[in-house]
Amino acid sequence: MTDTIERAAKAGNDARPIKLACRNVWKLFGADAANFIRRRDGKASLADIAAAGLVGAVRAVDLEIRQGEIFIIMGLSGSGKSTLVRCMSRLIEPTHGKVEFEGKDLLKISDAALIELRRHRMGMVFQNFALLPHLNVLENIAFPLGIQGQDRPTREKRAREVIELVGLRGREHFYPRELSGGQQQRVGIARSLATKPEIWFLDEPFSALDPLIRREMQDELMRLQTMLHKTIVFITHDFDEAIRLADRIAIMKDGEVIQIGTPEELVVNPATDYVAEFTRDVDRAKVISAKSLMRACDGAEHGGTVAPDAKIASFSADIVSAGKPFAVVNGTGKPIGEVTPQAVIDLLAGIERPGAGA
Amino acid sequence: MTVTASASAARPRQGQTWLVIWACALAAVLVVFLLQESLPWTVNYPANAVIPVADWVSALMNWVKSNFSWLTRSLTAVLGVPLDFALNLLAKNFKIGHGADMIVLPRLSWVGVCAAAYLAGRAAGGWKLGALVGGCFLYIALFGQWTSAMLTLGLISIAVPFCIVTGLFAGIWAWRKPWAERLLISPALDLMQTIPTFAYLIPMLLLFGNSPVSAMIATAIFATPPMVRATMLGLSRVPSEIDDFSEMAGCTARQKLWRVLLPSARPTLMVGVNQVIMLALNMVIIASMIGAGGLGYDVLLALRALKVGEAMEAGLAIVALAIALDRLSQAIAHNHAKGNVYQDVSPSFWRRYPNLTLAVAILAVSTLFGLFVPAFAAVPKAITFTTAPLWKAAVNWITINFFDTIEAFRVALILNVLNPVRALCEGFPWLGAVCLLGLAGYQLGGLRFAALVAALTAFCAVTGLWEKTMATVYLCGISAFIACLIGIPIGLMASRSDRFEKIVTPVIDTLQVLPSFCFIIPVVMLFRVGDVTAMIATVAFAVVPAIRYTNHGIRQVPPALIEAAKVSGCTKRQTFFRVQLPLALPEIMLGVNQTILMALAMIIICAMVGTRDLGQEVFIALSKADSGRGIVAGLAIAFIGIVADRLFNAWTAKARARLG
Repeated sequence: MTDTIERAAKAGNDARPIKLACRNVWKLFGADAANFIRRRDGKASLADIAAAGLVGAVRAVDLEIRQGEIFIIMGLSGSGKSTLVRCMSRLIEPTHGKVEFEGKDLLKISDAALIELRRHRMGMVFQNFALLPHLNVLENIAFPLGIQGQDRPTREKRAREVIELVGLRGREHFYPRELSGGQQQRVGIARSLATKPEIWFLDEPFSALDPLIRREMQDELMRLQTMLHKTIVFITHDFDEAIRLADRIAIMKDGEVIQIGTPEELVVNPATDYVAEFTRDVDRAKVISAKSLMRACDGAEHGGTVAPDAKIASFSADIVSAGKPFAVVNGTGKPIGEVTPQAVIDLLAGIERPGAGA
Repeated sequence: MTVTASASAARPRQGQTWLVIWACALAAVLVVFLLQESLPWTVNYPANAVIPVADWVSALMNWVKSNFSWLTRSLTAVLGVPLDFALNLLAKNFKIGHGADMIVLPRLSWVGVCAAAYLAGRAAGGWKLGALVGGCFLYIALFGQWTSAMLTLGLISIAVPFCIVTGLFAGIWAWRKPWAERLLISPALDLMQTIPTFAYLIPMLLLFGNSPVSAMIATAIFATPPMVRATMLGLSRVPSEIDDFSEMAGCTARQKLWRVLLPSARPTLMVGVNQVIMLALNMVIIASMIGAGGLGYDVLLALRALKVGEAMEAGLAIVALAIALDRLSQAIAHNHAKGNVYQDVSPSFWRRYPNLTLAVAILAVSTLFGLFVPAFAAVPKAITFTTAPLWKAAVNWITINFFDTIEAFRVALILNVLNPVRALCEGFPWLGAVCLLGLAGYQLGGLRFAALVAALTAFCAVTGLWEKTMATVYLCGISAFIACLIGIPIGLMASRSDRFEKIVTPVIDTLQVLPSFCFIIPVVMLFRVGDVTAMIATVAFAVVPAIRYTNHGIRQVPPALIEAAKVSGCTKRQTFFRVQLPLALPEIMLGVNQTILMALAMIIICAMVGTRDLGQEVFIALSKADSGRGIVAGLAIAFIGIVADRLFNAWTAKARARLG
């Protein structure tokens, strides 16, 4: 328990600067919604909203996204995740609250500044690709550059670079309808990367794809991220996808963010039954790391060492065959605790036992 | 629980209440009808209370004419330039200078135009379409209709771009500003599409005189609405993600519209273009009355002289032109809907556009040839056919051999069907009609709707046109009724048999393309002039939507529901009557609505074959250039259409809401 608090404190001290933050963001639909929430000073319960005849698509969302992280917003359909991401990019005007981009309130900047921001610093990928049907791959990818006024040779050169990056070479002159879904989304990704954005919104980018292709595209995204280090806001309704990709996940329900945390935190410490329900079928060994499972050393002989962040799955076979506890060592090689084979077996078998770390 | 209980109890009671109200209203009208001796003003609107709207309109038009002649003159001059160019290019030859120094530059050679038509067809839809389009043009040439057809085509080619541009901008405006759409564009479109074609001609004739320019302006106004609607529809149908994308790419409002939204909406826009072309063709034919010339004028002259053979020939040329233009523009629209396909990009222009290059080359070469070889300049007499004598002979043969049968049929129809209905309609009290329609409006759409319906109906009476209005209603009603009687069963059959549908579809496609004029010609040949002719032509013209919507309505019933019915053990018959038909009913009623509106449009044109209704009123006004009389009659016709349309739509919407 103390461990979680410690880690939360550590996350708060994350050295990376905050790229994008939502401060008490609300989106309400209905007559006179703006006055309603302002009168209540940015606070309203579900019952209040229903009584006023409004619909709360996004309610009281507070979150901070740090530079270079993959931040996933997870929720079922109708939970308000798409509305939230559209509030962040100001495609939808929030009813109340602040959206801060590098500390500046996005809702207060002028239209011209917003256009400038979107042209150079934001990129977005859409669920149904949103490719322009009358342009071929090259023209589609070069389109945002053309909007900025770049001349044809410059923008086509850049477009060819990103085509290379997403592995679409040889298809430059195909039109969207001649491509498969996966290829179309590669075009969508390439198009959003062409402008070298700093923050990258991905709105359920793989939800319209078949499971196999989806996996392939997730790997592709991870590959790109290791090269590009973008700040990514990724929307999904698929918890497995969230776990695979996320640095941190925000879980939404009925317009509210009910928990924000690393995949491990969500699995180990679900805030509500709703979150627990999601995490139930997750392969815990792949999510939980040694430090969550460790206990204080009791002086027994160690069969090996693991890093605190090592996932259980990465050493489960070794520890079970060794039959001895493994020491958990920090960066300096000093043991901070140990993981017993029994704890690993319990985890793999899904047995809850008191005193086994978390 | 209590809510449902009270609601279900209230519904039958409400239904009964309406039944009683309707019974009372009908009884009241019957009483008025029977007492017409003592209350004559309820049946025929008193002549001394007629509001002289017609005179006001005439005065207004005259004022406009005398004060704005500078404007109309300069408009005529400006619009005349491109129009003359197109007409000279296609039909008339360019004449520069006067008298002896006159230089004549030839028009495009007919050989070249036919070849270009073939190439355009081939580019849009393969050699089959090329052969069809080229064949249609060749047909026109060989049957000696070339010059007339090219005059018609020239007018269209200038009017259509005008319609497209105006329609596009009006549509964009309406899409951007919802208030403009609600208050201005939508009502204007409704009115423009229900005002009969004839009525457009009168103010044009008055303002711009009897000339191709005024015909072109009338055509442009008449053919614009579908483009406006297509633009609005296309823009609103662009997926919201594409809209979002353009925002995220940092488009300005203008970039977003012109570089993202309009290109994405292109398939819908092309459907609009196809409709514009067809409406323009239809109108150009009718506008021959105010100087458009061309094929329509040939038909008009031949009909006036009762030369059925010549009328038929010119009519068939119109059909050929209509089919060529329709199939060509449809193929282009279809290509756009499918989306672009990757092609090898080659740098040279002629490689990229082989058909266009070839067409231009052939046109140039054949026109040059025309300077030296007369056969290229004009279709040589030696290779043209004329079928006029043949048609005449055929008609004569039919008249001689079947005169008695046809005449018996005609007389029986008049005596047993037309005359009784006519008597009923013309004797119908105007006050009763206003009240009954108002009541229907109230039941279907509330007080404001009732007021609108009643006011539009009352307009027809207070302008002194009640009798003529009812004559129109009677003929239109009978024709629409018969069209539905024929069309709905055909639609049902087509919906149940794919083979039958394959036969029916091309027939109704063609029927729909034909300009309304063409329906009159063959009927006049057999039945001469009169109400019967008008009725038969109208039925043929108006039957298409009844067939199409019925077929479509039955076919669009979700297959899951039919499977559910089968699984519950319905026989084929039960499935049809209990599942398919009720679900398709709103769609079928939409078809009936369209049929009524088309019948109304056609009945008006049938004034040419001697009906005695509002159409005749417009027709007379046209020949006398009496703008007030014509416009008021035109408005009355439009109001009949709007009342019928609104009532039907309200009813269909209710039925749809009930089905969920």
